[in-house]
Amino acid sequence: MTDITSDIAASRAHAESAFNRVTRWFVRHPPAVTAILIALVCVVVGSINPDFWQISNLFDMARSTVVRGLFALGVLVVLAAGGLDVSFTAIAAFVMYVITMLVTNCFPEMPILPILLVAAIGGAFLGAANGVLVSTLKAPSLIVTIGTQYVIRGFLLTFIGTALFMNIPMSMDAFGKLALFHHQSANGATSTMPVYVLVLVVAVIVTWLLLNRTLMGRAIYAVGGNAGIAERLGYSLRKVHIFVFAYAGLLAGIAGIMHVASNRLANPFDLAGSELEIIAAVVLGGARITGGSGSVLGTMLGVVLITLVNNVLILVGIPSTSQLAILGLFIVGAGALFSIKPRA
Amino acid sequence: MFVRWSDRQLNFLVFANALVIAVAVIFAGDTFLSLYNFQSMSAQVPELALLALGVMLAMIAGNGGIDLSGIALANLSGIASYLLMRDWVSVDDQPLTFVWIFAGIALLIGLAGGMINGALVAFVGLTPIIATLGTQLFFTGIAVVITNGSAVSLGYIEPLDNFGNTPVFGVPMCFALFIAIAVLLGIVLRYTPFGLKLYLMGSNAKAARYAGIPQRHMLFLTYTVCGILASIAGIIIAARTSSVKWDYGTSYVLIAILIVVMAGVRPEGGYGRVICVVLSATALQMLSSLFNFLDISNFFRDCAWGLLLLIFLATSRFDLRALLPSRR
Repeated sequence: MTDITSDIAASRAHAESAFNRVTRWFVRHPPAVTAILIALVCVVVGSINPDFWQISNLFDMARSTVVRGLFALGVLVVLAAGGLDVSFTAIAAFVMYVITMLVTNCFPEMPILPILLVAAIGGAFLGAANGVLVSTLKAPSLIVTIGTQYVIRGFLLTFIGTALFMNIPMSMDAFGKLALFHHQSANGATSTMPVYVLVLVVAVIVTWLLLNRTLMGRAIYAVGGNAGIAERLGYSLRKVHIFVFAYAGLLAGIAGIMHVASNRLANPFDLAGSELEIIAAVVLGGARITGGSGSVLGTMLGVVLITLVNNVLILVGIPSTSQLAILGLFIVGAGALFSIKPRA
Repeated sequence: MFVRWSDRQLNFLVFANALVIAVAVIFAGDTFLSLYNFQSMSAQVPELALLALGVMLAMIAGNGGIDLSGIALANLSGIASYLLMRDWVSVDDQPLTFVWIFAGIALLIGLAGGMINGALVAFVGLTPIIATLGTQLFFTGIAVVITNGSAVSLGYIEPLDNFGNTPVFGVPMCFALFIAIAVLLGIVLRYTPFGLKLYLMGSNAKAARYAGIPQRHMLFLTYTVCGILASIAGIIIAARTSSVKWDYGTSYVLIAILIVVMAGVRPEGGYGRVICVVLSATALQMLSSLFNFLDISNFFRDCAWGLLLLIFLATSRFDLRALLPSRR
C-alpha cells in the first residue's frame, strides 16, 4: 500500500519536475522568451508579407533601433541599480536642441566628434542632477524623474525655443548620410546602412563591459538587488545613484544627436512620450523593475521586439492605432512572466 | 495611530491656499475673487482631484504603490461608454435616461479596469509601477483603436451638460459630487476597519501580515476603488467638455502625483489624508487659474509643476514645514 502511494508520488514529482525544469529555465533566462517572440513575429509576418525580408526593410529597422537602443541601455543601467528614469527623452530633446542651436549659430564648422563629446557631457551633467536629487530627496526615482522631465522640457520650450531647426549643421548632416555599406536590390533601388549604427554597437560593448567587467557594475547590481545590504557591504548608494543616472543622461545626450543626424532636423517637441516604450523594451528584455537584474543582450532583444511591433504591424494589415494596446499587453505580459521568482 | 484633526500638513495647505488667493488678488485684481471665477475653478478641480485620490490610495497601501493608469482609464471609460450607448439609446428621446446609463456603463468600465490593475498587483504579483504602466498604455491603446485616434463629440446633452457646467445654489454639481465622494472616502479611511488595515499595511507590511490582514484582498480592493474614481473623473470630463478623446489631460499623471506629494502623502506608504489632497488640489487649481489670468504659457506651467513637485519632495524630506507658522 505504502509502496504504491509513494510510487505515484514519485512519478508525479518526476513529471512535475520536467515541467518545472523547463519553466525554471525560462524564468532564469528571460531573454529566451523575448528571442522566441521575435522569431515568431518574424516568421508570421514574413509568411504573410514577404516584403518583410527585403534588405531595405531590415536596414530601416536597424536604423530605428539606434536611438531606442541608446535610450534602452541607459534605462537598463538605472533599472539594474533599482531606480527608474523617465526623464531621458527630455534630456535628449534638450541636449539635441541646444547643441544644434549653438553649433549652427556659433560654430557652424564644428566636426561631429566634438559635437558628440559635448552632447555626452551635457547629457551626463543633467543626468547627474537626477542622481543627486534621487539620492538627496530619498524619494522614489520615478516621481523625481517625472518632476525633472517636466522641468527640463518646460524650460526648453519656454526659454530656449519652439521653432524647428531645418538647416542642421553640416557635420551632423554628413554624419547622418555617411554610409557603412550599400546594398543594391534586384530592382535597382539602393538601400544604405548608415555609419551611425556603429555608435549603438560601441554603446552596447561599453555598457556590457561596465556591467560585467567593472567594480561599478558589481556595485550597480548589488545596490539594485538589496540597497540595505549593499550599503553595509560598503558600497556608497549615493555614488552609484549619481553614476547610473549620469550614464543614462550621457547615452540620452548622444541619442539626441543621433536623432537629429538621422532625421536631418531638430524638433524640440520630438521624442516626448516615447519613454514608456523604451521602459517596455527593457522590461521585455528581462530586467526586473525592482532592480538587481537585467542584461545587455536581453535589452537589445527587447528593443528589437519593440521596433518590430512599431514597424511591421502595418505590413500585415494591423492598423498602426493598435500599437499602444499591444505594447501595453506586452509590458503586462512580460512583467507577469518575469515576476515569477526563480526557485532554488 | 490617527493624527489629530489639524496637523502641520493641513495648516500648511490652508496657508498655501490663502497665500495663492492673496497673490492672485495682488496680481489679477478683484476679478479673481468673482463668484464666476470660483465656480469655473471648482468645476475644474474634481477630475484632477479624483485621480489624485486614486494615486493617494495606491500610495497609502504601500508595496511601492502608485496608479499611473488613472487618466487613461478615465478617458477610456468616457469614450467606450459613449460609443456603446450611441447606437443603443436615443439621446433626443430620453436625455436623462441616456445620461444615467452613460454614467452607469462608464462606472462599470472603471470597475473592470480597476479590477484588472488590482488583479495584476495583488494576485499576479506585478510591481504597481509596471502593472499600471502597462495598463496605462493598454487602456490608451484601446481608446485609440475604438476612436481611430480622433476626438468624439458628444453634442449638447442637456442633463450631462448641466451636471458639468451649471451651478446649483452657486455650486457646480460635479464639485458637489466630488466633495461627497471625498467625505465618504475620508470617513472610510478614518473610521472603518478597511481604512485601519490599509494604513497598517502601508506602514509595516510584515507586521500587517502577521496581524492577519488579507493583503492580496486589500490590494485588489484598493486598486478597484482607484479604477472607480478614475471612471467618475472620466464622466466629469465628458460632462464638462462635451467630448471625449484618448489624449485628454496628458500631463495629468504628473499633476496627480504632484497633488499627492504636496498633500504630504508618503510615497512609501502608510500616511495620507483626504482633506489634505483636496486642499492641495484646490491650491494648485487656483495657481493654474492665476497663470491663466497672467497669460503664462503652458510650457512654463509644465516647468513650474515639475519644479513644485521637486520642491515638495524636498520639503517633506527636510521638514521645512517647521519654519512655517503653525498653531502649535
